[in-house]
Amino acid sequence: MGVGIEVKDLNAWFGKAQVLNEINIKVAPNAVTAVIGPSGCGKSTFVRCLNRLHETVPDARVKGSVQVGDIDVYGTNTDAVDVRRRIGMVFQKPNPFPTMSIYDNVAAGLRLNGYNKRPELDQIVEDALRSAALWDEVKDVLRKKSGSSLSGGQQQRLCIARALAVQPELLLMDEPASALDPISTGKIEELIFQLKTQYTVVIVTHNMQQAARVADTTGFFLLGRLIEYDKTEKIFTTPSDKRTEDYITGRFG
Amino acid sequence: MPSISRPLSLWRRFVNFCFVVLSALAAIVVLAPLAAIFGYLVYKGIGSLNWEFITNTPRPVGETGGGMANAIVGSVMILGIGSIIGLPLGIGAGIYMAEFGRGRFVNLVRFTADVLNGVPSIVVGIAVYALVVLRQQHFSALSGGVALGIMMIPTIARTTEEMLLMVPNTIREAALGLGIPQWRTTLQVTLRTAYKGVITGAMLAFARVAGETAPLLFTAFGNQFWNLNPNQPTAALPIQIFAYAVSPFDEWHRQAWAGALILIVLIVVAVSAVRVVTSRGTMEHNA
Repeated sequence: MGVGIEVKDLNAWFGKAQVLNEINIKVAPNAVTAVIGPSGCGKSTFVRCLNRLHETVPDARVKGSVQVGDIDVYGTNTDAVDVRRRIGMVFQKPNPFPTMSIYDNVAAGLRLNGYNKRPELDQIVEDALRSAALWDEVKDVLRKKSGSSLSGGQQQRLCIARALAVQPELLLMDEPASALDPISTGKIEELIFQLKTQYTVVIVTHNMQQAARVADTTGFFLLGRLIEYDKTEKIFTTPSDKRTEDYITGRFG
Repeated sequence: MPSISRPLSLWRRFVNFCFVVLSALAAIVVLAPLAAIFGYLVYKGIGSLNWEFITNTPRPVGETGGGMANAIVGSVMILGIGSIIGLPLGIGAGIYMAEFGRGRFVNLVRFTADVLNGVPSIVVGIAVYALVVLRQQHFSALSGGVALGIMMIPTIARTTEEMLLMVPNTIREAALGLGIPQWRTTLQVTLRTAYKGVITGAMLAFARVAGETAPLLFTAFGNQFWNLNPNQPTAALPIQIFAYAVSPFDEWHRQAWAGALILIVLIVVAVSAVRVVTSRGTMEHNA
């Protein structure tokens, strides 16, 4: 089951440059939330703060609190590795591990965390690939082909399967379809719709139609601030902030 | 306006032809010395190369026959010790420089590695002589291995670093995002992605030190008899070749050629074997 998210007074920096300013946001369990905004507005940094990936960049810093389900993400006793284990992430460019087979890619998250029970692992890999709608296309070449031999759209679904295999409570997607063609994009969007029944999803997107299609709620970021956050329908029909309206009507961005 | 699709003019075709010929010539010039060396080695060495040569120890001066079996085994032993020292230290330093090092210290390490790469091999030999041989009061395969290992480190460290830096950061982030700890990400994802280049660097370093003579002269020292104890003076092919080549005896000259041929063959076999073993089980990369 998906979990809720509560972000309080989140600030983030790269060196001296502040990229996130006092972000406060609440996400309901099993909802899809879209994060939109022009390039450089901090939307990627925002999701990377949710699973503590932001701090892996040299000189990057975070302040504030993030609660994901029962995990106090920035709590003093919280281990960043443990947080990332429980929060899955899909990146902008498909990034399967190039030297691993399709099977090994999906199993990587479990195996490299020390889980190696063979029959269970087979089942988990199959389930994850089915959830990512990739099973039928790859079931005959699981161990024969490397992850990087697949097409771009398949690679991205493989990355989704890899994230799902560790059974995360929350799935973060950082522009998961921006490098894909329209058909692959459609498949990913359909997939997000199905994943919603089991996971909470936060998706960063450049594509406003995509946000309108997949998201229950949408947050609009501008220059490191959360300008408006509401039901997707409201954001795209009657936004309450002038800047949101300007952005979604294409006046800038 | 001239049509773009008109046939190439005679002059353009002539220039094109000249460049193809020139680049082919350059390629031949690169290959020629290697082929010449190998051909000459075979020509000079094959006559003395026989079963006795690779199974017997040297005979005393004046007697014909005998071989370099002890030197072949000694070389394998010294290179083995060198690899045991050079591989983990070199790869470890490369990992540090690429993945963990920040700021001044890593620059110092990189600079030191480059300087060490340029240190003449005989200087490395003297250093090991002072540090190991003098302290132990005797020559040994071990000290020879230490000298060769030290020489392997900078090449391996720098190529490992370069190869790891070529792995896109998105691969590291994918692993970290799965909740894989940093050390496992480095060893089982990043290093695994770069392993082909790392192995190439290691083979390069291995092949380079396999022919080193100077640092072995006062470390392994050489030995006319069988020795399998790494703590004793040990024969090595380059030393044996050197000693025989500068001797006044024709028989020894012939054996030096055969030894040189064996050395080259050993290097080629070792490098090819590693290539075959490490390329086995690689995935199909094309759809």
